[in-house]
Amino acid sequence: MELTNLTIQEASELLKSKKISSVELTKATLDRIHNVDSKVKSYVTVTDELALQQAKQADERIAKGENVTPLTGIPFSMKDCISTRNVRTTCSSKILENYVPQYNATVTNKLADAGAVLVGKTNMDEFGMGSSCENSAFFNTHNPWDLNRVPGGSSGGAAASMSASLCNFSIGEDTGGSVRMPAGFCNVTGIKPTYGRVSRYGLISLVSSFDCIGPMTRDAYDCATVLEAIAGHDEKDSTTYQSAVPSYTQNINKPIKGMKLGISKEYFVAGMEAGVESAMQEAIRTYEKLGMEIKEVSLPHTKYGLPVYYLLLFAEASSNLARFDGTRFGLSVSDNAKDVIDIYLQTRHAGFGDEVKRRMMLGAYALSAGYYDAYYLKAQKVRTLLRRDFETALASCDILLAPTCPTTAFKLGEKTNDPLAMYLSDIYVVATNPAGVPALALPAGFSKDMPVGMQLIGKHLDEATLFQVGHAYQQVTDWHKRLPSLCHRR
Amino acid sequence: MKLTYEPVIGLEIHGELLTKSKMFCSCSADYGSAPEPNINICPTCTGLPGAMPTANKKALELAALVGLALNCSINKHNTFARKNYFYPDLPKGYQISQYELPIAEKGWMDVTSPLTPLLKGGGNDSLLPQGEGLGMRVRVRRVHIEEDTAKLSHEKNYALVDFNRAGVPLLEIVSEPDLRTVEAALDYATKIRAILRYLGVNSGDMEKGVLRFEANISVRPVGSAELRKRTEIKNLNSFRALARASQYEIERQIKVYESGGEVLQETLGWDDARGITTSQRSKEDAHDYRYFPEPDLPPLKLNDAWIDAIRIQLPELPEAKTKRFIADFELTPSEAHLLTSELSLATYFEEAIKHAKSSPKIINTWIAGEFMRNLNESNVEADSVSARSLAQLIDMVTDKTISGNAGKTVLTELFKNGGDPAEIVKAKGLAQISDESFIQEAVTKILNDNPSEIEKYHAGKDTLLQWFVGQVARATKGKADPVMTKELMLKGLEERRK
Repeated sequence: MELTNLTIQEASELLKSKKISSVELTKATLDRIHNVDSKVKSYVTVTDELALQQAKQADERIAKGENVTPLTGIPFSMKDCISTRNVRTTCSSKILENYVPQYNATVTNKLADAGAVLVGKTNMDEFGMGSSCENSAFFNTHNPWDLNRVPGGSSGGAAASMSASLCNFSIGEDTGGSVRMPAGFCNVTGIKPTYGRVSRYGLISLVSSFDCIGPMTRDAYDCATVLEAIAGHDEKDSTTYQSAVPSYTQNINKPIKGMKLGISKEYFVAGMEAGVESAMQEAIRTYEKLGMEIKEVSLPHTKYGLPVYYLLLFAEASSNLARFDGTRFGLSVSDNAKDVIDIYLQTRHAGFGDEVKRRMMLGAYALSAGYYDAYYLKAQKVRTLLRRDFETALASCDILLAPTCPTTAFKLGEKTNDPLAMYLSDIYVVATNPAGVPALALPAGFSKDMPVGMQLIGKHLDEATLFQVGHAYQQVTDWHKRLPSLCHRR
Repeated sequence: MKLTYEPVIGLEIHGELLTKSKMFCSCSADYGSAPEPNINICPTCTGLPGAMPTANKKALELAALVGLALNCSINKHNTFARKNYFYPDLPKGYQISQYELPIAEKGWMDVTSPLTPLLKGGGNDSLLPQGEGLGMRVRVRRVHIEEDTAKLSHEKNYALVDFNRAGVPLLEIVSEPDLRTVEAALDYATKIRAILRYLGVNSGDMEKGVLRFEANISVRPVGSAELRKRTEIKNLNSFRALARASQYEIERQIKVYESGGEVLQETLGWDDARGITTSQRSKEDAHDYRYFPEPDLPPLKLNDAWIDAIRIQLPELPEAKTKRFIADFELTPSEAHLLTSELSLATYFEEAIKHAKSSPKIINTWIAGEFMRNLNESNVEADSVSARSLAQLIDMVTDKTISGNAGKTVLTELFKNGGDPAEIVKAKGLAQISDESFIQEAVTKILNDNPSEIEKYHAGKDTLLQWFVGQVARATKGKADPVMTKELMLKGLEERRK
């Protein structure tokens, strides 16, 4: 039994029955990170000391039988844009390279309260800006299925750490596919919850109105378990829903027979890799066999998804990143500075990467007097149309099925000189974020030995149905159980 | 022919709201009594990565209260917006404010000004609706909420930042450019301050910077309806600065036009020591604040019940109180204005009326006169002499238990040492005597002692009557009823004529 390959459910059973201890499990995970991650490079920071301390506390909790949750004693990794007190939180940016938060994000607190064990912080595209993890200011993360390929982005480190069995679950963040797209590339399960379902307090914002923290796991059941632990209203985040969080695992085994699966014709067009398309057709047939009714639906404004998403991202990001000015925290460059503006300029010049600068400039432009109406305001109006698209489509079916990406993982360096080609890889995942609807990414097969991802898109706050339908699929398929060769027993 | 110019003035008034906590976090807003810098701070008000704002409900209520007091309509759907600019006192790189949909807008307030054209029933300016009674109606464009910035202290080669003030709720009240004289602008600002104090939302303590003005000024030929290029004078921290800066700027602009020049649209500072406005930013360098809706705060949805619950908290405001004082208490407008300028004074006046048998008119005379004089001289709180004590004292004068002069002595004593007016009268032996035989005795003695003065009086020096009365007052230590004394003295003097 390889401890690091376990699902949360399996590991939790072993912990509760005291067949293993959290310290054992955590040590195994840390050992594996130190042995394997030099190839994958999914972690920016490994928190050995904190992890062992949390593992010890978890073991005490289990020993006393007090307040034991399904996550107690389970090692996890977290995307490096979520604040962790006393553990540096970099957003994979030079400007935050040595930034150590004074406070925990709400999600960090919730996981600590549940007894989960943080083993480290994972690499990402700088501030979440990218689709391959190649925009990390520190290093590239490699796809565990083929080290010459990207893990996807921006939560590339999270997906790779999960895929390479360097944790039992990972916390990612999805602004426009950043959980789902790398989940698809790395053969893991991951959810972008409904906007406002999980508190963003302490999450370093990319796009305040899109950002969603979501778990990445081995399967839909684990995903439901983790989301249940981190979701809910937070007084510190006014954009969170007040409504109570349902038990996502309670009805996860209910049959899906008779439910309606919507297929949007706009998502199945030229440009999709043949292996991806055949995997989607296979998944649809699987659902048909499970008794689902297949319905063709339309999301007529899909073609505007990418421009709307990027325009609003540029605008909000240009404002969200203004606070990184070198005066209070993070990098500060003031060599022979003439005045405070000079400190700002030098710090931001040295601290931000090219993609971040490009997006901030575009955003500042789109918000400028005289351009606001034509860009920002127009994009907000089209955003409403995108939301209505999903509402209309989901009025006639329970769930939509779509690929997470038109291709499988591409080669490192393949798209770095072509930002537009990079943006296009997000074409299937971006529209859900402006619309706010939840979407669950699941492993759906392989194309030329690389994983193919699909996503199920649901109604606002209806994550329970996503898990139910995702779990049903994973009961009759084993794609999600397949591990890259570097996880096989040696 | 030489043109005459009229100023066109609009005011922006920034006032801090008296809430316990800051606008978007739970830190104390009381930066004034913070013992040291940077102690009332948290991740949110210092703009740490990932920290988020939550709107202060009390601040929203106070802002709506001000909106209603200024006759505004409350926007049931209103939104926060980001105003983006870089400055070390602004930790997030943007200020959370309100832009497209402020909490309140389209209100008005009446002001008076001796130089206002409308005062004389004029009204050649079609922009201005005619106000009620005297004066003119100034339109209030909007009332919105925003957060204050941190405080910078500039040292020689660096600056220090104190975030205790960062995030304190601020209210911005913006008028339309309806003011036509510096006096009207001052009256408007004074009245806004009084209203904020009446509502208990701002202390009005100008020295502490809780209220700041910005004046937008242009001038144009009288009779013209055009709006010319305006300048904006920032950070005026006193009424005096507002008046001086506005006056200076009006004269400066007129001079520019008269010498054939053009006024530039720019932001100005006021140099109080030199008494001049100085250029800070021209239009070309004006900030583009790149406003957009604050995505971290959902739009505020207010319903009628919420607004009604605020509305019933509205106290009687200075204008209404003034009108009532004039109508109910037969005060003149200026008497009523003085009393209502401070809520505490007006309340004190009404409290005294309740306890007194004397007329409100008499009570006003005492409050506006002796009471205010003592208050200014003694440096104690107004409520150290209770309204009940003052009422007792005034009644004793009215019913002639003591003379007016004795009354003043008692009041001074009350301010100095407190106590009960009746006890003071007793202890100091100030009771007035209206016993005819006692006064007659004193009168007869004075007459007998001063035959030469009687002769002069009889010879036509009428003014000596007051001297004779004064001698009686002195002899009786002020206890003799002065009216009766005068009567008996006159009688005695007439009897001795022959």
